[in-house]
Amino acid sequence: MNLAKTIGPGTRHALPILLFLLVGFAAPLLAVIGFSFIPARSFSLWQSWSLGNYIEIFNSTSYLSFLWSLGLAAVTVLILAMICYPIAYGLARVFGKYATLVTLLFTIPLFVSENVRLYGWVLFFIKNGVLLGTLKAWFGIEPESWLFTNGIIVFGMVYVYLPFMLFPMTLGVSMVPDQTRDAAFDLGATRWQVFKEVELPLSMPGIMIGFLLSFVLAVGAIAEAKVLGGQQIIPISHDIEIAFTYAQNWPLGAALSVLLMLVVGTMVLLVLRRFDLDAILGRR
Amino acid sequence: MNSRSPILQLRKLTKTFGSFTAVKEINLDITEGEFFTIVGPSGSGKTTLLRMLTGMESATSGDILLRGARINDLPANKRPTCMVFQSLALFPHRTVGQNIEFSLKIKNVAPDVRKARALQLMAQLRLPQDYYGKSVTKCSGGERQRVALARALAYDPDILFFDEPLSAIDYKLRKTLEKELKDIHRETGKTFIYITHSLEEAMVMSDRIGVMRAGQLVQVGSPQQIYSAPETKFVSEFIGDVNVMAVTAKGSSIVHAAEFGVDIASPAVPAGFTAGHLVVRPESLRFIENRSGAENCLEGRLYNEYVLGSRIQYQVRVHDHVFIVEKLRQQAFAGQRDDNVLIGWDAKDSILVTD
Repeated sequence: MNLAKTIGPGTRHALPILLFLLVGFAAPLLAVIGFSFIPARSFSLWQSWSLGNYIEIFNSTSYLSFLWSLGLAAVTVLILAMICYPIAYGLARVFGKYATLVTLLFTIPLFVSENVRLYGWVLFFIKNGVLLGTLKAWFGIEPESWLFTNGIIVFGMVYVYLPFMLFPMTLGVSMVPDQTRDAAFDLGATRWQVFKEVELPLSMPGIMIGFLLSFVLAVGAIAEAKVLGGQQIIPISHDIEIAFTYAQNWPLGAALSVLLMLVVGTMVLLVLRRFDLDAILGRR
Repeated sequence: MNSRSPILQLRKLTKTFGSFTAVKEINLDITEGEFFTIVGPSGSGKTTLLRMLTGMESATSGDILLRGARINDLPANKRPTCMVFQSLALFPHRTVGQNIEFSLKIKNVAPDVRKARALQLMAQLRLPQDYYGKSVTKCSGGERQRVALARALAYDPDILFFDEPLSAIDYKLRKTLEKELKDIHRETGKTFIYITHSLEEAMVMSDRIGVMRAGQLVQVGSPQQIYSAPETKFVSEFIGDVNVMAVTAKGSSIVHAAEFGVDIASPAVPAGFTAGHLVVRPESLRFIENRSGAENCLEGRLYNEYVLGSRIQYQVRVHDHVFIVEKLRQQAFAGQRDDNVLIGWDAKDSILVTD
């Protein structure tokens, strides 16, 4: 009884979830962090720890993979922002009853595995495939295939991560009250000023969540570069996969994973600090 | 500027949504510097009318003339008018100062000029000067109300529109703000066009009131005229508790109430009036000892009483018809529930109205 009193009802009720999160979420992370400090190509945590894996990474060309992943993710997010804002605006304010239909069209592809969809694009773009085959048969022209280029990787990433940018953004745009927009317009603002002064700042929480979600996912992207890019580029996730599988070097893979988490985590925190969601939402 | 000249003229102004007519052929002249209130129940088209006047909704037909110039096709951001919204529509991501200065920033007014104007408006509206940097989301309901008004005044509009801005405010504060708004109207000398569903609110503030019903203006007049001479049953009932009897014309100042099977002495029956209603205000009805105590008399049963502070209302049922009699607290009626009582009134205290 004494114990129950000291920890209070709130803590007591939160305890099961807390334990579940510790076991299910923190434990694997801690395991990865632990493994990153043991000697290369070994499998036991109970030996002397060192920074050997990190030193190996800093002396290797892994930074190229980091740069590719971060660069491709950044380009993807920027393109997504430009594509998604008009669609989000339409979904939230213009399409009316057709918004459901458009939403459905963007959602249905999510029901099919990402790999299957990417192979679909391979069939579309490959030499003698849907696009080039048709061009050849109907017009007799035979351009180079775009497969296995950096452009097609970005295309694939934009395609795969579009819903993760679109839906939070739509939510953000729909959070702007009509009367607030009308009020700005009534006070003499032009359409552009209404957008800049009212719509954009007020839909910023949704936009930021879309940015973060699609960026974090895109940094971890691997299938696009493998399937559409033909392994011309090795993103960091691919490096990690190679370390854990072919190379059987779990400690190196773990160290790479930790570094990736640090880089992405730092960037996310920086963005969250710059754009305080509560402040944007006007809660404070 | 001639204060008697019309600033805003509406000519057969109409708005239809598909087959539904929200606003039907409204003709109205609003005088420069006037506080004009449009009153109507929800769905009467008053908000649609206001949105057409501000330029947020286009008119289906008819004209809106501002000082004689047709402004139908002028968008809201080009009109020299400004609206205080029902939700106030403050910018939640901006401070009190930034909200008030919004229209000045849009016009590229220098920051120090903007700030001086904002602080001046804040002083005028009794907002503390240190609220300048305060987030609007931290302001109370009444303060937000004043920020919204200051923001609209900073635009320096020829006409200020109000879309029920006080409807979500509690009674006591609303009463204060109503009077403040009328004072601001006096200080600024601007034309105010206000819409509300509360005739009580309209009475306190307005120079003139227009009553709307189903998209049409059914009566326009001063608060006194609307109160003492409603033209229709709709307008008379809109004012509050009234006693209404269906009547038919019988003589030059006699009507017949079929429901009670009696003839009633009434004000002069207008030419052409055949059937309508006789309206008697609760304070004009009185309890009488015998039938000679008033020009008109009905016998009923005292059913219930309601204490309204300084006044007491009595519900008297004559057959199934409910009458409300109102007395000052000092003159409370001594009757008990279910007593048979006589209620009476004089012809001069009743009003004949059409449907």
